Amino acid sequence: MAILEILTYPDERLKNLSEDVIEFNDELQAFIANLEETMRAGPGGVGIAAPQVGRFQRIAIVDVSAKKKIKHHGRLVLINPEITEWNGFEVAREGCMSVPDYTGNVIRATQIHLVTQNEHGEKCEYDMEGYEARAVQHELDHLDGLLFIDRLVSRRHDLFQRKVYQK
Amino acid sequence: MSQWFMLTLIGKDQPGIVAKVTAALYQGGCNLGEASMLRLGGNFTIMLMLSCEGTVMTLETLLTPVVDKMQLRLHIDEIEAQPRAHCSPDVAISVYGADRAGIVAQVTEVFANAGLNILNLDTDVGGEPDKPFYIMQIEGTAQQGIEKLQLALQELLAVQKDLKVHVMAIDTVVM
Repeated sequence: MAILEILTYPDERLKNLSEDVIEFNDELQAFIANLEETMRAGPGGVGIAAPQVGRFQRIAIVDVSAKKKIKHHGRLVLINPEITEWNGFEVAREGCMSVPDYTGNVIRATQIHLVTQNEHGEKCEYDMEGYEARAVQHELDHLDGLLFIDRLVSRRHDLFQRKVYQK
Repeated sequence: MSQWFMLTLIGKDQPGIVAKVTAALYQGGCNLGEASMLRLGGNFTIMLMLSCEGTVMTLETLLTPVVDKMQLRLHIDEIEAQPRAHCSPDVAISVYGADRAGIVAQVTEVFANAGLNILNLDTDVGGEPDKPFYIMQIEGTAQQGIEKLQLALQELLAVQKDLKVHVMAIDTVVM
């Protein structure tokens, strides 16, 4: 196994759109093992997406089990994942290995329904909430070339004023 | 060799301040770092970090025509700091109550004694002119742990019964 090099913004490759995984072969398993080792070596260590190491395929790993007192599904390898339902929203502060030395406030859904394949190509579905749901939304954004800095809300005003629309 | 400066501008708010000041700085060869602008009660204020090869005097010469025209007050200091000393808050405190003198001092003293280092502070007055209320939002780091701040909160609420105060942890999810 090996720790892979993390692309950091302003590397434009982070804005690439990733493609579906079609073949679930040994090479994919080896890559996933390296990707996981890279994630666990990182400062947060709760999630990583393949484009962060320069592989533009729809692969992500999320594992928030180290965080106490939260609901989670343990270690998850997500291949071709899709969020099919979103509910609620919450502002929280995020950071990213690909955006070093910066954190910012981002709005995410508090509950999601995720449809994905695992590393063996088997279909799995999850209902997720809170911290885990946030991690998954962050990682799936990478697959679409989005970084959390694409979704920043003001660091000063995290409450939303009601807008008055006039006729 | 370039040097970092902190530029502070204050004056009556008017459209175009940021554009005119930064255009003058750019044309004068300056590179901007972090900046934060605020409008308070119709007044404009900005703090801006910049690096350039000049001195305080060259910056003043560069900006005087622009700031004089807009009747702004300019202050420039040479600074040591680099623009990459980020510190993420781990606690948010919100306070509100009927407006009266002493809210900020009473609240921040209790939390400072419990290890709060304030990184951001915003306060505002709302409500009817004859029945104003005061709102304060603070973000900071709990240097002795958030539990210490929770204890300080109980102590504060026991004395300042007119205030509503919430202490919330800010979880930074690093991925």
